[in-house]
Amino acid sequence: MSLLFILIPILASLAIFALRGTAVRNIALVATLANLAVTVFCGLTFEPGQAEQCAFHLPWVPAAGISFSLGMDGITLLMVLLTNLLAPLIVVSSFSRTFDNEPRYYGLVMLMIGALNGVFLATDGLLFYIFYELALIPIYFICAIWGGQDRIRVTLKFFIYTFIGSLFMLLSLLYVYLQTPGSHSFAWADLVAVQLTPDAAWWVMLGFFLAFAVKMPVFPFHTWQPDTYTTAPMGGTMLLAGIMLKMGIYGVIRWMVPLSPEAWGAWSPIFITLAVIGIVYASLIAVKQNDMKRLLAYSSIAHVGLIAAGILAWNKTGMQGGLIQMLNHGINVVGLFCIADLIERRLGTRSLADLGGIAKSAPKFATLFMIIMLGSVAVPLTNGFVGEFLLLNGVWNYNFWLGAIAGLTIIYGAVYMLRAYGMAMFGETNTETARFADVTTREGLVLGTIATLVVVLGFFPQVILNVTDGSVNRILGAMQF
Amino acid sequence: MLEVIRSIPIDYYVYYAAVLFIIGVFGVLTRRNAIIVLMCIELMLNAVNLLLAAFSTYLADAQGQIMVFFIMVVAAAEAAVGLGILVMIYRNTKSTDISLLDKLRN
Amino acid sequence: MNQLLPLIPFLPFLGFVINGLFGKNMSKTAVGLIGSGTLLASFLLTVACFNQVSTSGPIQSVLYNFLTVGNLQINFGFLVDHLSVWMMLIVTGVGFLIHVYSIGYMHDDAGFWKFFAYLNLFIFSMLLLVMGDNFVMLFFGWEGVGLCSYLLIGFWYTNRDYGVAARKAFIMNRIGDLGLLLGIFLIFKTYGSLDYAEVFARLGNGDTATITTICILLFIGAMGKSAQIPLYTWLPDAMAGPTPVSALIHAATMVTAGVYLVARCNGLYSLSPDALHLVAIIGTFTAIFAAIIGLRQNDIKKVLAYSTVSQLGLMFLALGMGAYSTAIFHVTTHAFFKALLFLAAGSVIHGMGGEQDIRNMGGLRKAMPITFWVFLIGTFAISGFPLLSGFFSKDEIFAYAYGHGGPIWWGLGLLTTVLTTVYMCRLLYVTFFGDFRGTDEQKHHLHESPKVMTIPLMILATLAVVGGFLNTPHFLHLGSAQWLAHWFSETGAAGSSVIPMAEMHLEESTEWALMLITTGLVLALIVALYFVYTKRDNLPVADSAQSSLARLIAHKFYVDEIYDFLFIKPTERLSKLFHYYVDIQGIDGLVNGVGRGVEGLGTQFRKLQNGNIEYYLIGMVAGVVLLFLTLFL
Repeated sequence: MSLLFILIPILASLAIFALRGTAVRNIALVATLANLAVTVFCGLTFEPGQAEQCAFHLPWVPAAGISFSLGMDGITLLMVLLTNLLAPLIVVSSFSRTFDNEPRYYGLVMLMIGALNGVFLATDGLLFYIFYELALIPIYFICAIWGGQDRIRVTLKFFIYTFIGSLFMLLSLLYVYLQTPGSHSFAWADLVAVQLTPDAAWWVMLGFFLAFAVKMPVFPFHTWQPDTYTTAPMGGTMLLAGIMLKMGIYGVIRWMVPLSPEAWGAWSPIFITLAVIGIVYASLIAVKQNDMKRLLAYSSIAHVGLIAAGILAWNKTGMQGGLIQMLNHGINVVGLFCIADLIERRLGTRSLADLGGIAKSAPKFATLFMIIMLGSVAVPLTNGFVGEFLLLNGVWNYNFWLGAIAGLTIIYGAVYMLRAYGMAMFGETNTETARFADVTTREGLVLGTIATLVVVLGFFPQVILNVTDGSVNRILGAMQF
Repeated sequence: MLEVIRSIPIDYYVYYAAVLFIIGVFGVLTRRNAIIVLMCIELMLNAVNLLLAAFSTYLADAQGQIMVFFIMVVAAAEAAVGLGILVMIYRNTKSTDISLLDKLRN
Repeated sequence: MNQLLPLIPFLPFLGFVINGLFGKNMSKTAVGLIGSGTLLASFLLTVACFNQVSTSGPIQSVLYNFLTVGNLQINFGFLVDHLSVWMMLIVTGVGFLIHVYSIGYMHDDAGFWKFFAYLNLFIFSMLLLVMGDNFVMLFFGWEGVGLCSYLLIGFWYTNRDYGVAARKAFIMNRIGDLGLLLGIFLIFKTYGSLDYAEVFARLGNGDTATITTICILLFIGAMGKSAQIPLYTWLPDAMAGPTPVSALIHAATMVTAGVYLVARCNGLYSLSPDALHLVAIIGTFTAIFAAIIGLRQNDIKKVLAYSTVSQLGLMFLALGMGAYSTAIFHVTTHAFFKALLFLAAGSVIHGMGGEQDIRNMGGLRKAMPITFWVFLIGTFAISGFPLLSGFFSKDEIFAYAYGHGGPIWWGLGLLTTVLTTVYMCRLLYVTFFGDFRGTDEQKHHLHESPKVMTIPLMILATLAVVGGFLNTPHFLHLGSAQWLAHWFSETGAAGSSVIPMAEMHLEESTEWALMLITTGLVLALIVALYFVYTKRDNLPVADSAQSSLARLIAHKFYVDEIYDFLFIKPTERLSKLFHYYVDIQGIDGLVNGVGRGVEGLGTQFRKLQNGNIEYYLIGMVAGVVLLFLTLFL
């Protein structure tokens, strides 16, 4: 079952490369929808109590204890849901743009989706690492081929930055692997069973953290991100912000802390402090940004900082909040980038200073933008609220003052998002924005779906929380600090 | 004959071979003419040969001398190929100065 | 009734959905009917609730489990006790009148349907706020009303200043919200639950320091929502919204949410004298400060806005004195007369064709008789004219200020009343008496408002007159003495009084004396000010012609400018500084520096690979020699 998540997109990708022509976008859409259907099916048959479901196991290099094994628990299901829910939206929103060599673009997107699913499903250390790196390759080409100005330099920086980070992770993985008994094994359960000395665990955790901190990104490892988000084509940005950065957070939950719990006490204050600094720092920077994409990039750093802080606090509310917020942040950020793309396509600019009065010429668009923005600002009864509430509670339980400082995000988040909204939508129209056409059916479908999710998940968060509840209890129960 | 050879202490062979080898090394390092460099390489090989022969005799073990023959064959082949390349280089550049041969850079 | 309970907030929500999705293509009559009709239904249901609460106590109803994480369990549930149902009556009742009024007021606006959708959404949020059975539900409503306030202040969004005012309101509210949120966290940590019933049943579990912290954090939330110093500056700017919005949100309901919060948590506050003290100090200071600013404003709505801030201050004074039910009593009367005043001001603006500056009005009583009379009633009610609603509620506040605080508190309250009477009478006399000072065009346009606007005004005026009799002081020995306070003191969901009766130790004669002093002063002022402000040379003048003190007041003590200098400018500068110097130059510079360093090292190493065989050979030999040396030495 879980193999389908990887197989469908990769086969679709191969088919797209083989077939070419203009029909490829439909293949991509059908494949993503099929994946979503499989996800929904998995979700319906999912039993929250059980540890590993839909397991798939294939010996790969038995002598070295490497196997192609996949498995699914609640956390994985949530991540897979995130990936496969956003994938069709990303594909459909790409339809509005024409790309040189379309088959290559959609093929790479599908390859990326397959790899992302693999990252979340892998229960073998080496397999996880392979998918983790595999996901980097398509996004590198997507950004380097269809990106904007200065794309080669920016993309190379992004590649090297994340690649160096993951090499540290490989070192950590190998170290733990070599400590496994017998002829060694990369299986998650075997790696977790290893007892490390505190000194060794200190280094192992550092290695993992460098990889995941770059990916998320956490302050001060974030400087690749605004440039990359700004330069990448919109589909690439959505993949990066919506799904790929969650790989880092997922890695923290699944690999970093379980493999080196002995060092948690030594590192967690530093990691959480970095994450909280990142929240305030990125929010402050976002306050004066003029480029919409760059503003969203910084806001993303702030949001992810909060998710990271909540999860690193390693308590029930923080963990559950972080998980649900990963899904909700993915939805919101894809919506917001979609909006930025829509504006850029219409007006040829993303500069807030050139906008204004769009609410007058495009009321439907204004409404959808408003709803998605409110989700991002975490107004109650939108999807952003529950996550932020639980996350802040988690950080606050860890440390009162860190929680209070992290709470500044609810103020700054409102400041920069409302500023952006006000500058774009309010005021009198100028000659450009007066001709701003309202959303087309296809755009309306994408944004409408996202807006609906914002409201529905805002009212009924427990549906999502139920999925992860059992797994979170198991992880927290196994690792109490 | 064996006695004659053995009457000279082994140390002397070692010193002599070492001197020959070092002369070869210095020749390779300092001379620019490719032919002389090749000759110096021969010199180094022969220093090794000498040592092998000497130890072989002292230890009454024929393996060392067999090794010498191998080396001589290889050296001959090497010289043949090396000189062949040199002739080609000379035809192209009208020179046998190795310091001019830096085409491998870049 | 329990099953019908969710209908009360969700009917207006339904109105919001219908009007929001389809309102654009519906006739204005239909939009208005749906908007007001759903609210009327809610009001009737609330009345039914009121009956049930008075006969058989609080009603509880859980709609569904909103979220459960560990032992943090939050239901989407409602608790309607005496306090809730009272607030619901105000919200739906006054809200309904304002909805009806809006049908007339907003009739020519292109965004008519949107306006009603937003208003209904506001009512929904406000009802969640007062009906919720836990602190998170309160927070839903709390932020929801803030959002609606944002949407409605920025209703005429093509004016960028209005958009900025809307944003300011939202952000200042959010500052308070952070305090409230942290307070909620601390409550959960201390009491292990967020349900009112459970928290208030085990108040004793917290130590005084923790309770004081909780109270102060909650009060920070109240400061933001109820526009108290230092978070009050958004409210005057919020007058950018349409006038019915000012009446509903920024006078009658939303801004009193802070008072509701403190009254709801009266059990907590009663355990923390320090927190109560802080509430009283902030409230009194705000009351006087805002009233002083109100003296010199020339925008009819701005005067009323500062008056609202000032009256809210008085409510917090009452709360600080431990007289929670008195504060809610004043919330009630204030909702009547301030909604009345705002709507009457809206009627004036409507008649004047959008003019808001009182310097261009005058003598309107002839052209707009109904508006004049209701405005007069509102003015007298807020000033404390005998037997009108404000007279009773304010008198009760001052009595508690004297009894619990001492003469100084009473004196400060009296000062507020004096200032209130002065700015309100100034507003009344300058607007409605004397000669008309506007343009001829305005004079021509001048007309009384249609019935759909005047009827709600008359109903509100009636309420503003009789509202005080809900809770008459005991020394008057009227039939309903202290009715409201008694009603609030009945048993709530936590097993104790919803709001316990505040004790009063004053002699009857003292109370009589206090009341007579205040009343005498107010009456004297009303008469005296008539002669001052109907004379032409006492009319408000342009800024440049004023004395420096007056100018200072007219410019609101430059508080906005000070905030700008202290908070906004530094934030913006810090933003640029972080972005350029720390992010681009600093961190990214470091990263790029590492990259450049590696590149530079490569360039240097490349020089070794010069293709010259001799160098390679030397390297090789040197390497071999080194190897031998390390091996054998």
